[in-house]
Amino acid sequence: MPPTVSTEPNQGRNQGSSPGLSAYADVTASETSLRRFLHGLPGVDQVGAEARAAQLGTRSIKTTAKAHALDLAIRMVDLTTLEGQDTPGKVRALANKALRPDPSDPTCPSVAAVCVYGDMVGEVKSVVGDRVNVAAVATAFPSGRAAMDIKLADTRDAVEAGADEIDMVIDRGAFLAGHYLQVFEEIVAVREACQRPDGTHAHLKVIMETGELQTYDNVRRASWLSMLAGGDFIKTSTGKVQPAATLPVTLIMLEAVRDFREATGVQIGVKPAGGIRTAKDAIKYLVMVNEVAGTDWLTPDWFRFGASTLLNELLMQRTKLATGRYSGPDYFTLD
Amino acid sequence: MARIDVRKTYKLYIGGAFPRSESGHSYEVQDSKGKFVANAALASRKDVRDAVVAARKAFGGWSGRTAFNRGQILYRIAEVMEDRKPQFVQAIQQSEGGTAAAAGRQVDEAIDRLVWYAGWADKIAQVVGNANPVAGPFFNHSAPEPSGVIGVLAPQSSSLLGLVSVVAPVIVSGNTAVVVTSYSRPLPAVTFAEVLATSDVPGGVVNLLTGDAASLGPWLAAHMDVNAIDLVGLAGDTDATTALEVAAADNLKRVRRAPAAEPDWHDAPTLSTMTDFLETKTVWHPIGV
Repeated sequence: MPPTVSTEPNQGRNQGSSPGLSAYADVTASETSLRRFLHGLPGVDQVGAEARAAQLGTRSIKTTAKAHALDLAIRMVDLTTLEGQDTPGKVRALANKALRPDPSDPTCPSVAAVCVYGDMVGEVKSVVGDRVNVAAVATAFPSGRAAMDIKLADTRDAVEAGADEIDMVIDRGAFLAGHYLQVFEEIVAVREACQRPDGTHAHLKVIMETGELQTYDNVRRASWLSMLAGGDFIKTSTGKVQPAATLPVTLIMLEAVRDFREATGVQIGVKPAGGIRTAKDAIKYLVMVNEVAGTDWLTPDWFRFGASTLLNELLMQRTKLATGRYSGPDYFTLD
Repeated sequence: MARIDVRKTYKLYIGGAFPRSESGHSYEVQDSKGKFVANAALASRKDVRDAVVAARKAFGGWSGRTAFNRGQILYRIAEVMEDRKPQFVQAIQQSEGGTAAAAGRQVDEAIDRLVWYAGWADKIAQVVGNANPVAGPFFNHSAPEPSGVIGVLAPQSSSLLGLVSVVAPVIVSGNTAVVVTSYSRPLPAVTFAEVLATSDVPGGVVNLLTGDAASLGPWLAAHMDVNAIDLVGLAGDTDATTALEVAAADNLKRVRRAPAAEPDWHDAPTLSTMTDFLETKTVWHPIGV
């Protein structure tokens, strides 16, 4: 089981001799200073980022390295179902799949977490217990268009129901309109709502919905904004908007978390979600994590895939490696 | 000044598109006298994998079409082949040698065979299906259903008539096919792929891989997402076909076994060419009152 639940509020924070988040207190003090800081971030070279992502995607990962990568990718999957048609039965089936993705192979690891709507948290929890994390989407997912008190109530409900991780969406409208401080304060407020009575807090993943942010510069700004506001993870997309996760966007986010740790000593996780469907794609992402952010991020604690169909693809590839013959979708559960 | 030849390198036909082999390999195709004709793509196991995925994706739509519609599409293939006759005659003459008249007769026969199978599309269910007698207040019907994705190792010597004779019965009933063409005589199959691409056949229903049946066969036979396999392309090679039958047993794949020698494709086909890739679905149905 991936030990991702933080038991201390500031686990992973203030490492080494770096100044920590406090150095940025004046940046986030006012709308003007925040804007000056975010617009002062170096611009993204779009052509360069896309070329670099494409180039990293050409690495050939074979045999034992591939087997290791597939197992790691399975351990990083946030098995997700976010449909209006989710029933308790379907969610329980998914939770069972999260525990034992391939029932015919006991060596197959569990996934990192199950990601559902807040009202399904209890259902998942009753199946997985503490063996797999439960992530809940909150704050009026996927649009984020609701009053602040509703968003906070949504979050508290999920935390009370036992969610280990909260996936919140930012207000893209406010971000694009330039109201950065409003977005910042929302994240801070949701983070407070993630606190549990015993002093621990549910891990907060901040969904930036990069498909709606228009430019790579905005992706970089939103990443920094989310990290400064105290998100534990930055996540690309809800999966409801196209394009969802892409390699260049994830590259920019990985650069952001790397630079953020250098500047503050605080390590932040990254979660691309949506649109990652093949095992080959997943391995491309892993290569990129290793090359851009470094091996520190190459664990389920710091890198996740938000996916549903990806898991079956990974299992099929895993079976192919083990048996030497191509497998088919008939031999894995539908989800 | 003499015109410079356009030297062709043909490609595979997978999912309605013409990709190069994933491996990047190609091989030289020679005519019946050993002279270089063109390059053909040498399919690898990964092309087999991609073709099976494409065939599986196409299966739902193709098997869900009405039998009448599938028959019309087979007629359409025959029509387009008729228009391309000179090209087929040339391809057969290059591959198999012989006279233009003999090649022309083979093309005619291939077209006639397609028409014959096209006619079967909406009749096979009536011939092999049944309303079974029962002793109670209900009906009991048996109906043929397509098996799914069929691997076909096409005949090695009959490059067009043999190919059509193994592909048409597979697809007419709603199956989709992954076909490995004759290794030394792939050019009529390449032209056939161009016909398929322009005759209303949905992409992925027929996937044509030019390559070596002996090296691709094991991947196709062991593939868990292939429902049946026709081994006629390895006719005469008992060791190879036995190995493939063993590999095919893993997912209880249906196997159309290879004969001792390649059959004479001029003979009239039998219904078993179709029924070998059909499964019988039996349903109980209450009598409405």
